[in-house]
Amino acid sequence: MGEPSTSSEKPKYWRTPLDIDKLQMPKGKVFIIKERCKGCGFCVEYCPRDVLELSYEFNSKGYHYPYPKNEEACVNCKLCDMLCPEFAIYTVDATKEKKTEVEKVGN
Amino acid sequence: MIQQQESTIVEHHPMDVLLRQDRIPHIWCSGCGLGTSLTAFINAVRDCGIPLEKISVVSGIGCTGRVAGYLNLDSFHTTHGRALPFAVGLHLGNPSLKVIVFSGDGDLISIGGNHFIHTARKNMDITVICVNNFNYGMTGGQGAPTTPLGSRSTTTPYGNFEFPFNIPHLAAASGATYVARWTALDTRRLKNSMQEAILRRGFSVVEVISPCPTLFGRLNRLGTGLDMMKSYQENSVIRHGADPASVAMGKDGKIIVGKFVDIERPTYLDMMKQALGGRFNIPIPERSVDKTEIPMDGE
Repeated sequence: MGEPSTSSEKPKYWRTPLDIDKLQMPKGKVFIIKERCKGCGFCVEYCPRDVLELSYEFNSKGYHYPYPKNEEACVNCKLCDMLCPEFAIYTVDATKEKKTEVEKVGN
Repeated sequence: MIQQQESTIVEHHPMDVLLRQDRIPHIWCSGCGLGTSLTAFINAVRDCGIPLEKISVVSGIGCTGRVAGYLNLDSFHTTHGRALPFAVGLHLGNPSLKVIVFSGDGDLISIGGNHFIHTARKNMDITVICVNNFNYGMTGGQGAPTTPLGSRSTTTPYGNFEFPFNIPHLAAASGATYVARWTALDTRRLKNSMQEAILRRGFSVVEVISPCPTLFGRLNRLGTGLDMMKSYQENSVIRHGADPASVAMGKDGKIIVGKFVDIERPTYLDMMKQALGGRFNIPIPERSVDKTEIPMDGE
């Protein structure tokens, strides 16, 4: 409980926060709809934690879709979700629920 | 490794409820900024607090004009340049609706330029989101009234020698009450700005600078959509409250972004009620209209 347990590497602090025992580092899980991706690379380039990388494989359109190469580092900032022009990637809070993947769309 | 990769592949997206599933995937090119603008718009619509059945979206023709077809809201795809007249009719016919026009620079400023200045002059309670990609993308990259000086397009192969429009200046001079400009990369600020514009009373304009790698970028050797986004990151400068006359897209490549105008002015219906309220019953809707300031970085 004393230190953020989510990241693989220990975060470096300039000054240890006084309420460090109450802080919990957010952790995200990445979901990708690979058939929608057009391989523009926005999510890979602008991910602030370098979570994503373009895959070696193609999707059925012939584009390289991203995959989370370092998912442990994801802090659920949702920047990939907002930058993706194809509605093909999103993140959810991994600390809250295990099963939060969108199953079905209402109407 | 393969196992982990499989667990991240899914079929649906949380934003799918606001998209017409039979029309997705959209036709926009890889690297285009329109999808990012639409994502910001969907987030803004979801967070603005207006019920979705009270929002209607109108688009004209062009790549951006397809937004109305993709959004699962009450939307209409009008003829070329006539998105604003249709929106004015919709607004006056049912003033309780929040009418949003989402269209491109060619549709709003060129073919619909006259409608744009007059709707701004009358201060109709309409929000305009104008995605500017500096050319006519859908028809093959012809020069538009927003093509910067010296830029190539298929109709200006030796470089454009016409002076382009400066959209924030045009909107502010015509009487818009809210004018902002962001690039497609500033997606969070863009979303906040769209949300503010939707909640303001009066004619509000948000210009989105968007990459067009297939035509404008290719003809001007600007690289892929990602390269154009990187150049926006390097060259855009946030200057809130700048004089709209000074924010033209200069030759030095600097893009000045920010919220330029945020004033209050009586709308068309306010003025109508003032002049004719004694004789006729003029309904002015009680929209939750307030000066909600949404904090933006760089202020």
